Amino acid sequence: MMTTQVLYGLTACVIVALGLRGALLHASLLQRVVAINVMGAGVFMLLIAVAYRGPGLPPDPLPHALVLTGIVVAVSATALALALARRLHAEQDND
Amino acid sequence: MNATSLLVFDGLLLCSIVGLAWASLASHDERRGVILFIAFGLLLAVAWGRLLAPDVALAEAAIGAGLSGALLLAAVRKQSPGSSRTHANPDRNRSESGAKVVLQWLVTLLCAALAGTLAWALLHALSSTPHDTLPRAISDNLVASGVSNPVTAVLLNFRAYDTLLELAVLLTAVLGIFALGQATAGYQPAGPVFDGLVRWLVPVLILTAGYLLWVGAHAPGGAFQAGATLAAAGVVLRLAGRSRIGLPDGFALRIVMAAGVGVFLLVGLTLLLLGRSFLDYPPAWASALILLIETAAMLSIAATLLLAFVGGQPQSAGVTAAANRQREEISR
Repeated sequence: MMTTQVLYGLTACVIVALGLRGALLHASLLQRVVAINVMGAGVFMLLIAVAYRGPGLPPDPLPHALVLTGIVVAVSATALALALARRLHAEQDND
Repeated sequence: MNATSLLVFDGLLLCSIVGLAWASLASHDERRGVILFIAFGLLLAVAWGRLLAPDVALAEAAIGAGLSGALLLAAVRKQSPGSSRTHANPDRNRSESGAKVVLQWLVTLLCAALAGTLAWALLHALSSTPHDTLPRAISDNLVASGVSNPVTAVLLNFRAYDTLLELAVLLTAVLGIFALGQATAGYQPAGPVFDGLVRWLVPVLILTAGYLLWVGAHAPGGAFQAGATLAAAGVVLRLAGRSRIGLPDGFALRIVMAAGVGVFLLVGLTLLLLGRSFLDYPPAWASALILLIETAAMLSIAATLLLAFVGGQPQSAGVTAAANRQREEISR
């Protein structure tokens, strides 16, 4: 067990919890989307921390590929969520 | 750098990251929250660099901080100026009864419990003997994959299925955005200084995208980073108030949007017809096939991300001109 892995891994747990709390408690849809993105970043950090093998050693590329996929899926989900929020605001303004 | 100074660096970086996440989520002003989130994303990219994940660092800077940030900022702009603060104070204080405070504490406790469970699972996983069968399998088969960057090898060869479905997710998201409404109004034409910058920036971004695509085979880079950089060129053009931002019109746009999934599927099905399994490239052809798929994927990713920023199906120049003509005829 390495200090670096533990340090980044535990920080990742804190970020996941912070993001989840924000996503559950915020009233504004936009800030909920930001919070879910923060939570996702925490998950990414967990994966990258586990992939780290120490200085000078090549890290495990599989979690890196997973995180790359995750980043792209996260941005598509964010874009769709923002479009939904925009439509929701437009409908509310019409009423 | 010795171990102690590296530890100090890690500590400062992680404190800043957690602090920015907290500040972004605690902010009552949406715009402020989004800007802090972008800063959070940029520091994350530094952290990925520190953990020897340069591919992820590039993607985080270009997509996680860059394009997500642009999307969020555009969303803040679209809301009417007053509404960005409606969630702030007055009515909330009124309705903040005891029940709400209890709920907040319950949620906070739940999240702390989640963090604890995650930390326990992480420490448990780290203290057991590491399974290095998968990393070893990757490095053993890297020669046959057609590329020498292990991350690209996983994304486009060993786990090509995942990437195919990921491109399908992107396409689905943009179709959903199309279904939800029209493109938003463009920006005002930029002043001479920004316009001058755009003239330099856009060619450099396009060149960088091409470089990232090519270099992804043997160094950090690849279709996703390249696509995001190409999309950034379009975002810059749109911010400068240009009416044409590099997206093709009508049918050609549909082709570009579907190119990533389409070429991927065509390659997979052709290999099936040739008697191999789906997306199982012959080693001699792997390098060329990966480059072909990545080029199509880059174009699709760039178009998709740019369309997400535009916020819907763009009105093509031809359609707008026709509509204007029609209106003129009616008024006559």
